Amino acid sequence: MHIPDGYLGPATSGFFYVAMLPIWTAASRIVKKTLKARQVPMLAIGAAFSFVIMMFNVPIPGGSTGHAVGGVLAAILLGPWAACIAITVALVVQALLFGDGGITAIGANCFNMAFVLPFVGYYVYRAVSYNAPLDANRRVIAAGVAGYIGINVAACLAGVEFGLQPLLHHTASGQALYCPYGLSVAVPAMAGEHLLIFGWVEAIVTALAIKYLQKQAPELLPEGGV
Amino acid sequence: MKITTKLWVGIAVLILLSPIGLIIPEHFKAGSAWGEWGADEMQKLVGYIPQCLEKLSSLWNAPMPDYAFKGWEEKGLPYLSLAYIISAVAGIAITVILMLFIGKMLAKKGE
Repeated sequence: MHIPDGYLGPATSGFFYVAMLPIWTAASRIVKKTLKARQVPMLAIGAAFSFVIMMFNVPIPGGSTGHAVGGVLAAILLGPWAACIAITVALVVQALLFGDGGITAIGANCFNMAFVLPFVGYYVYRAVSYNAPLDANRRVIAAGVAGYIGINVAACLAGVEFGLQPLLHHTASGQALYCPYGLSVAVPAMAGEHLLIFGWVEAIVTALAIKYLQKQAPELLPEGGV
Repeated sequence: MKITTKLWVGIAVLILLSPIGLIIPEHFKAGSAWGEWGADEMQKLVGYIPQCLEKLSSLWNAPMPDYAFKGWEEKGLPYLSLAYIISAVAGIAITVILMLFIGKMLAKKGE
């Protein structure tokens, strides 16, 4: 889901940079109000976890690869705004240092994976785990469902961003200038592989982590938190 | 052991295991992620390289492209796995330092 340079035209790349500015601003303002000094190490662990889990590429034999993002877990533990900052940092380091995700696409990649994914995941978790005791199995299930839905919504959105490019930018003869696949190919491809495979990886990783924390550190599983 | 210590140990274990994410896709002959093809792969897929995509694809010269060292591409999986682990250590160290710094700036003191 790391869109490289050259796949999105200037309109789309620019739009998502502009869209992310108020989101990043709001994130730092809100986290400033809510983050306690003792939570800072957990924030760093959340970013590190997201970084390393994205390195576990899962193959579709003979086809493509993909991976979990680990962002829904950060959102459950730290709130979606703090998760947004943590995933943004991981994505920026991946783009600058390792060329994983384009420089021009940082806005779009952050919108998909650092904004939509943790927010969708967080609210799904809140809804499904509503009123469940801290040690309830429903919280584990909620985490899995949240991971699955969060990454799939983000993947669909990435598919839409890819798929809009041939409509927006093409030569007179109809050759694409950026991503050559339209909506009818890009959205089913991105949605399909995440619904079938990578979504389950995110679901299992998120659910297992919550299960572990229920046993080891239930105090990290707050009901509230913004 | 404090829970944060346990979680850091967990991250370290994941870093050491990370080459699994390199070796297994290689074993199953899985290609690039969807929408993350290089220009030459694009030529094979659609028969041409979109003009602007070709120009922009080399916009950024990452110091460790694809979590490997430049020039190590042909060295084989053991070397690539080592480079992958080194990449993970470097990337995560920088991410964590940035995150601690940002967290320090944002967090309320003494709580």
